Amino acid sequence: MIKAVCSLVVSIAAAAAFLVFYWNDMGTASLGVSLALAVAGAGAGLVFWAHDLMRDEEISEDRGSLASTEEEIETFLESFTTGEKKIARRKVLGWMIGSAAGLLGLGSISLIRSLGRSPLPVLFQTVWRPGTRLVTPDGNPVPATIEQGTMMTVFPEGNVNATASQTILIRVDESKLRLPPGRSNWAPGGFLAFSKICTHAGCPVAQFEKTVNILLCPCHQSAFDVLRGAAVVGGPAGRPLPQLPLYVDSDGFLRARGDFSQHPGPEFWNRS
Amino acid sequence: MISRLARWFDSRLGAASFARKSIDKVFPDHWSFMLGEVALFSFIVLVGSGIFLALFFNASETKVVYEGSYHALKGVQMSAAYRSALEISFDVRAGLFMRQLHHWAALIFLGAIMAHMLRIFFTGAFRRPREINWVIGVTLLLLAIFNDFTGYSVPDDLLSGTGLRIAYSVLLSIPFIGDWLAFIMFGGNVPTQVTISRLYGLHVVIPFIILAILTIHLMILWRQKHTNCPGPGRSNQRIVGSRLWPVYSTKFVGLFFLVFGAISALAGLIEINPIWLYGPFNADSVSSGSQPDWYIIWLEGALRLFPSSDLSIAGHTVPGLFFPGVLMPLFMFGIIYFWPYIEAKVTGDHSVHHVLQPPASNPVRTAIGFGALTYLLVLVVAGSQDVAAVAASTQVDTLRTALRILVFVAPVAVGLTAYFISRLVRKSDAGAA
Repeated sequence: MIKAVCSLVVSIAAAAAFLVFYWNDMGTASLGVSLALAVAGAGAGLVFWAHDLMRDEEISEDRGSLASTEEEIETFLESFTTGEKKIARRKVLGWMIGSAAGLLGLGSISLIRSLGRSPLPVLFQTVWRPGTRLVTPDGNPVPATIEQGTMMTVFPEGNVNATASQTILIRVDESKLRLPPGRSNWAPGGFLAFSKICTHAGCPVAQFEKTVNILLCPCHQSAFDVLRGAAVVGGPAGRPLPQLPLYVDSDGFLRARGDFSQHPGPEFWNRS
Repeated sequence: MISRLARWFDSRLGAASFARKSIDKVFPDHWSFMLGEVALFSFIVLVGSGIFLALFFNASETKVVYEGSYHALKGVQMSAAYRSALEISFDVRAGLFMRQLHHWAALIFLGAIMAHMLRIFFTGAFRRPREINWVIGVTLLLLAIFNDFTGYSVPDDLLSGTGLRIAYSVLLSIPFIGDWLAFIMFGGNVPTQVTISRLYGLHVVIPFIILAILTIHLMILWRQKHTNCPGPGRSNQRIVGSRLWPVYSTKFVGLFFLVFGAISALAGLIEINPIWLYGPFNADSVSSGSQPDWYIIWLEGALRLFPSSDLSIAGHTVPGLFFPGVLMPLFMFGIIYFWPYIEAKVTGDHSVHHVLQPPASNPVRTAIGFGALTYLLVLVVAGSQDVAAVAASTQVDTLRTALRILVFVAPVAVGLTAYFISRLVRKSDAGAA
């Protein structure tokens, strides 16, 4: 009895406190603690009440059988088949209602088409074009004077919200470059640009370890060797980060020679 | 009064006999039977706090500039969804408490479902005639995981935005239809303008589906009657316990309040998902050390461990992401779904069981259960390998190699250990009896 009474006293006091705290806008902790004591006090009161004060007798009862008797099943099956025969007699009508329902079903499933546009060619498109100037997220063009070891995020000029085109710009020592064949003029002055979207699961590849020239994806720890055209050197990614070919224009700003070497982002079935 | 009310209803519904049988129903008592009740109770708290939050949340990706009372983000561009989540946290009275109540209730909901499921598994409660309720229960778990993910995503903060990108990439990786599937689900190449409002729509609708399936789950439980722990007088023919009315029902309501109280205490005292620290979602940033919520971290761990493995087939690509991200979970949940049928097939035991098995009395099942749990545990560690590597002052590469070995070796080792311990316990029990 005493336990139940104490619990309920706590509950009543805490419920009153909750009201006071709420109306005086007292903050999360006081609301939480007072509500916790109010409801848990009531809960404990009920449990003590049931446990200590009501006589709990253990009952043993026959479970009975879940399954029906054979006779009940037979009667059911008989009623069902009698009805079924009346339906089955008109086979043509059955086929017709079935076809209508099937077509309507197809129709309603087709509605999911409204939810998305065609993925192709969107998945291949970026807004990088030959001659597009690289700009910072604030829209400022990037001069070819930034220092070695720098990493920054750049976008195509006029499209700083084009997330599929987001690009990492890194400057490395030009003499150390070992880019794949055919990319000899893609990195003037040691400027390298790669798609920032990880080819594994689409996270922004945001970490650059400049002492070893490795780009690291913070989500699943894929590692890309910047000097070798962002080739995969660790982790689960399946292909290099696509590279954006660059040149320096007559005003000394960086521009793209064209689009990425491959489509950016995670891999998919219809990629070729 | 009660008598008049009872007569009023009975003359219209004729329910006296059903009601009498119901309040006299015998319920067995054991602490582990409360796990499912904890899940049910946290679901009620979830719905209540969710209704409150829905009155303030704005599922819109329209860009706005924040001018609210949280100084650190003043003047920052963000989505209206993120702004409304900040408003709930800082400007709505009791708003932060309700957000934390909702989040904590969701975590406890999932934890309780999983614990309930483990109890069912290890004691063989899924055996005939309860296979249907096992399948329904696994469906509820999947719906709960999915709905937690949608709820975690809608505030449009940086952390959950990263999770969305990964979910999109996993969908995209499915052969043949992945690109269409991802575009239909997310409305285009993420981030899109419709993602948050779609996920929010689902987040509000799915609880109704959960409620419907939960009702069926409980009706079947009611019809089949609860299992008994083994003990004197308990058998497949007899059920031993206390009557629903008044003791069991009073304790039941009491437990609801206790669970509600515990969640309130957590919500009031322990900060959870401080979205204002993560900042708004921004497509070209990610916070390093990103961790998903614990109930999905095993999947994240699988993505991190699976080696680089894009396959080319006749000019098409099967992305490496497909194997750990889609195939592995499908396979795993396939086994979980069909477990009652697989076990019955292998053991040839198709008979009705109403009395539970102590885990030690079925060493093979117990070993498989512990092996599976160990597998998931290794994946959980892998899911935070970057954080773990720092904590253990080792390289991520070294840790990853170790975990790749461990994910095969540890489940077998733990499974075998569980098998032999079970046999020892069974033997000493048999000796004692």
